[in-house]
Amino acid sequence: MAQQLRPSKPADKQPKIDWSRRQEAENFAETVKLFRQGKIDPDMFRRFRLQHGAYGTRMTDDYAMVRIKVPAGQIYPYQLEKIAQLSEMYSIGSAHFSTRENIQLHWVILEDVSEIMQSLSDVGMTSREACGNTVRNVMCSPLSGVCKDEIFDATPYAMAIAKFMLRNPICQGLPRKFKFNFTCCEKCGMIRIVDVGLVPQIQEIDGEKRKGFKIFLGGGLGNRSFVGHQLEDFTPVEDLLYTSMAVIRIFDRMGDRKNLARNRMRYLVNDLGWEKFQNLVLKERAVVKATQSVIVKLNIDDSINEIQRPISVSDESASVPDGFARWEKTNVIKQSQSGFNSAFIGLEAGDITANQLRSVAEIIRDYSAEGFARNGFSQNIVIRYVHDDDLKSMYSRLIENGLAKTGSLTMASAVGCSGTTSCNLALTNSHRLAKEVQRKFLELNLDEDDDLKDSTIKISGCPNSCGQHQIATIGFYGGGGRHGTDMFPNYTMSLGGKFDEDSMLGHHTARVPVKRVIPVILKIIELFKENKQPDDTLSKWIDRVVKGNESSKITGVEDIKKEIAPLIVPPKVEDEPDFYMDFGSDTNYHTVTGKGECAA
Amino acid sequence: MIDSDIPIISSKILREKIQENSIRIVDVRRDQEYQQGHITNAVNLPLAKLLNDDSPESIQKIAQDLGISNETPVVIYDDTFGALSSRVVWALQYIGHKDVKLLDVTFSQWKDLGYEISTEVPEIEPATHSVKINPEIMATAEYLEKVKENKNVVIIDNRERLNYLEQHIPGAINIPYRTLATDGKILRTKEGMKTLLKNRGIPEDAEIITYCGSVGTLSGLAYYALKSIGIPNVKLYVHSFKEWKNLEKPIDKQENANYWDLSAE
Repeated sequence: MAQQLRPSKPADKQPKIDWSRRQEAENFAETVKLFRQGKIDPDMFRRFRLQHGAYGTRMTDDYAMVRIKVPAGQIYPYQLEKIAQLSEMYSIGSAHFSTRENIQLHWVILEDVSEIMQSLSDVGMTSREACGNTVRNVMCSPLSGVCKDEIFDATPYAMAIAKFMLRNPICQGLPRKFKFNFTCCEKCGMIRIVDVGLVPQIQEIDGEKRKGFKIFLGGGLGNRSFVGHQLEDFTPVEDLLYTSMAVIRIFDRMGDRKNLARNRMRYLVNDLGWEKFQNLVLKERAVVKATQSVIVKLNIDDSINEIQRPISVSDESASVPDGFARWEKTNVIKQSQSGFNSAFIGLEAGDITANQLRSVAEIIRDYSAEGFARNGFSQNIVIRYVHDDDLKSMYSRLIENGLAKTGSLTMASAVGCSGTTSCNLALTNSHRLAKEVQRKFLELNLDEDDDLKDSTIKISGCPNSCGQHQIATIGFYGGGGRHGTDMFPNYTMSLGGKFDEDSMLGHHTARVPVKRVIPVILKIIELFKENKQPDDTLSKWIDRVVKGNESSKITGVEDIKKEIAPLIVPPKVEDEPDFYMDFGSDTNYHTVTGKGECAA
Repeated sequence: MIDSDIPIISSKILREKIQENSIRIVDVRRDQEYQQGHITNAVNLPLAKLLNDDSPESIQKIAQDLGISNETPVVIYDDTFGALSSRVVWALQYIGHKDVKLLDVTFSQWKDLGYEISTEVPEIEPATHSVKINPEIMATAEYLEKVKENKNVVIIDNRERLNYLEQHIPGAINIPYRTLATDGKILRTKEGMKTLLKNRGIPEDAEIITYCGSVGTLSGLAYYALKSIGIPNVKLYVHSFKEWKNLEKPIDKQENANYWDLSAE
């Protein structure tokens, strides 16, 4: 049983911020009741439900998905244990790590959501404003504070922005959802694909070194995607709040509240043109600063986290566990702090069982000198401050608990949104496809291939972008294809997406039937191997191909299309019935979707 | 020792009464586990023995062999979150035993509390027990089918969520057995249990029928979770979904979603 007494260990680290507000749970329970009794308008209820972090579920009103916010991805062992328990009590016995550092519980009975909210309060967590037209979870790079290329740690600023925006009246009825991403360095990126993306900078002003950010505005992925624009050369930290408020005020005032398909801020930026939008923001910021009646400041808690290596549990004489070298190569990053490492725990498409969550909690306690973990950008968990001497022992523990999947930092760890496993909008089972791709990559040891290391595969189950397919080296989004009268799941493939300092959206290349996705990926890798330069990586090569700069046999996207054409011809149903079924399904494919709530 | 109609006893009270030696404590884990240590004075009844033949006559014989007469106070425990012991408590109540209680902790939790355990096996003096069937606590497939459309009947499926989504008795609602426990105890607090039912809109005067996968253990726990807050009319569909399927009765499922692929199992 989970509640057995353990040998005494130092007390768990406590988070600095309690995000919860207990009375919200009871209020939610009451409101669900009124809704069921028909006393609340369904549209009003939906907005309320989303505001509280409960998203709709595929083809049913009985269930919800509860999205637990994890600001800056910072998560503590006892919080993971609580989520493990909640997943068994109210969900499917597994939890899901999202691409935006949230943790999701799926297939929760709507009437039970309030119990989850109540329990989250016990561990200082909330699902408030995790969905709906609000400021969503504020992300921060899982390597912030330990990255070798960062200028300073953005985490306290991400936390302060999250704290300031949560339950703030201005964030309760925005035209559409609003996302902040902080990062460590431009290479780790993810800052030009959101409404506000920030990367730390230091500038010398009047001989004084001042902290600040490079801020990108108006990016976003979706049915139409845009890359964010840089607001100004340098925004000092003192202006972080004013700038954020100015942007939100402009969006609130001028954003499109009517056209559901075009109401993200990126459309406003696009419609006005960047220069005009930029001027508006700078002016608005001046107004915000000049008109505040009391000085409003961010509460930046940059007190230093205590770093204390847990009492060593490593057995020096133990032999090197099998597969350690491969795991270390593909899952571990050396920190800027000498002797310490950040270890990535790879999950298949972000899924983890309740028992594994409990193991992760124990492993954090036993190995992380900072005493907590960070949710990553790619449906993963990062345990940081692991001492060099403890890596092997920790790896053994991960193996015991089925958590030592290799290739977390490589192309092998494909991202997949929830797809038809739970989402109303999904057309295909992108979630399972991502797992299939990952399994194939690991089976073929492709995670160890240095040429593929900096490439990514990301898969969405519809043209929206929860799977972030547009920024993948090879991206896919799901749809339906037809051969005669028969339908099959068909993915649109894009090539050459990037999310670093040269962020770029992928180039639509071909439509690939689901059962050909893996063969097509392998074919592209084969073409690359045949035609690459000695020091090429797949991502560099694809970049040249999509820009028409490649001089080998493959000179552009058209040549790739020609090469894969024979692979994507639909066979007759009687020759290959499996072709017409999606992964995880034993019946012929047909598209079924419900109403999306992104736009609610 | 009965102080209310609620057939649940707290570990604290049992501990005080152990030495009285007038209570028959029954450990329903496997023989080997029992031998390694059990609550002081407990005797062993591996659940499999009861499930092997759960006819009233067989249950009667088991009771008699364990020295349980009509008047013997009985307390049952397991180490499987209370599901196995619930099933045994229910079986004894079914043949008319009036003083049988479920221990509110598992054996592990008992040990965590630091309470006494022993490896000594008590001598058993066989006793005589009558059979007086208690039909109102049992539901058969026929009965369930007959009443399931009734307005005041609530059918509760206590299996895990994914199993429920995949197939369940039409009209049943799902309360996974994990929902019933609280930290350190096999059942929720009374207040917590009441809130759960209130949120789900289950009236306390409803006729509630619980079922699970095959032998009525998980749903037995739910039976006593409901009894713990004094719900008067609860029935256990003891042969549960396995029998329902074998009888080819109608089944509902959640369509058009690949929820299994969200599991990391």
